[in-house]
Amino acid sequence: MGTIKVTDLEGNTHEIQATEGLSIMENIYDAKIPIKAACFGCCSCSTCHVYIDEAWIKETGQPSEEEEDILDMVVDLKENSRLSCQITYNDALDGIHVTLSEDTKTD
Amino acid sequence: MTDHPLNIAEPGIGPIDSDMIIIGAGPVGLFAVFEAGLLDMRCHLIDALDRPGGQCAELYPEKPIYDIPGIPVCTGQELTDGLLRQIAPFDPIFHFNQQAQQLEKIEQGWRLTTSEGTVLQSKNIVIAAGGGSFVPKKLPMQNAAAFENKSIFYAVRQISAFAGKRVIITGGGDSALDWALNLQPIAEHVTLIHRRDQFRAAPDSVAKIHGLIEAGKMDLIIGQINTIYGQDGKINAVGIKKTDRSEIQLQGNALLVFYGLTMKLGPIADWGLNLHENLIAVDTEKFETNETGIFAIGDICTYPGKMKLILSGFHEATLMCQQAYHYAFPDRKLIFRYTTSSSALHEKLGV
Repeated sequence: MGTIKVTDLEGNTHEIQATEGLSIMENIYDAKIPIKAACFGCCSCSTCHVYIDEAWIKETGQPSEEEEDILDMVVDLKENSRLSCQITYNDALDGIHVTLSEDTKTD
Repeated sequence: MTDHPLNIAEPGIGPIDSDMIIIGAGPVGLFAVFEAGLLDMRCHLIDALDRPGGQCAELYPEKPIYDIPGIPVCTGQELTDGLLRQIAPFDPIFHFNQQAQQLEKIEQGWRLTTSEGTVLQSKNIVIAAGGGSFVPKKLPMQNAAAFENKSIFYAVRQISAFAGKRVIITGGGDSALDWALNLQPIAEHVTLIHRRDQFRAAPDSVAKIHGLIEAGKMDLIIGQINTIYGQDGKINAVGIKKTDRSEIQLQGNALLVFYGLTMKLGPIADWGLNLHENLIAVDTEKFETNETGIFAIGDICTYPGKMKLILSGFHEATLMCQQAYHYAFPDRKLIFRYTTSSSALHEKLGV
């Protein structure tokens, strides 16, 4: 177990308990922080789009070609944009900070 | 695709009476047509998309599903096609490209008006709207809304409106590329803007786009629009941040944005139904909402223990129909029958 810092759409930052092997999206969802995650990890929508804190970009690696295809459909894309369903949480990511994008709004 | 034609209604018709109005033509809405059909209820389906299938058609038509009972693996499109074959005997009427907008109580039940002005009436309204209706994703810039449908568009309604215009198109999928190709011959100039030099589109379209760019008949800029310039609803330029972080301005008088679709609950949220975090609360016997004759099934409904699975939606659709039958035919007695053995059901199924 480690933690993930999640800044929500209101700008509040929550420190949540993270489970290894689950994606960052699943960890956020489990912590009951609202995140649309419509396709729930199928890499088919962009409703789990988050911004990765600059300090953690290296640790999270490169998006796959499939993820890049979905990032094409993100309206407020930044250099640190990722789909949180495509990053599996592990010990090396303990303390990672992500900020939810507008795409994650539950309505 | 399917081997039989769908019964698709013209927009703006009505009022039409039916036994059941289903909002959402995804897998659960489609299966509701089957269960309703076995009970002699004729259905109308409304969907914001231009085809049936819901998320299965729009989000993951090619991706595998492994948890449909009796079907070890199928794609979203295969499931949709199978359901369409299954419900073909009941010939439902589809109302595509429109959103269920207004719902009012009338003496005979409910009257529903769509965004295209179609008017449907029934004792049974079934909300099978999944994650909400698919609507285009919009530009995040604060001033973008002031230009919408004037010089910024999220869909093309009339090609001729772009004749002689300097058209800017942004996006990297089939819609962006198809419209770039279609508008190039009639527009004064077309510039395509995309965040990277890879496109998620039909290889043939990609090849044609590259051909036009090489021939100097179209421009491609790798970058992202971050500013809109213009006034009184008319854009005159966009600001683009390129991948090397430099920023440029591009003149133009029409901007087409194709960033795909997202799902929004939409007008349903204002129908006075009990909602929990944008899901519609139902009981687990009839899947009825707090309003008599309004049901919610599939991903959009919630109850203790709810799981967002297609198979759960099928169960919900089946039980919902038992109650809807009593509203549709208050004088008739519902008789339980199996499709395997009932000759009455065989007749309905045409087998």
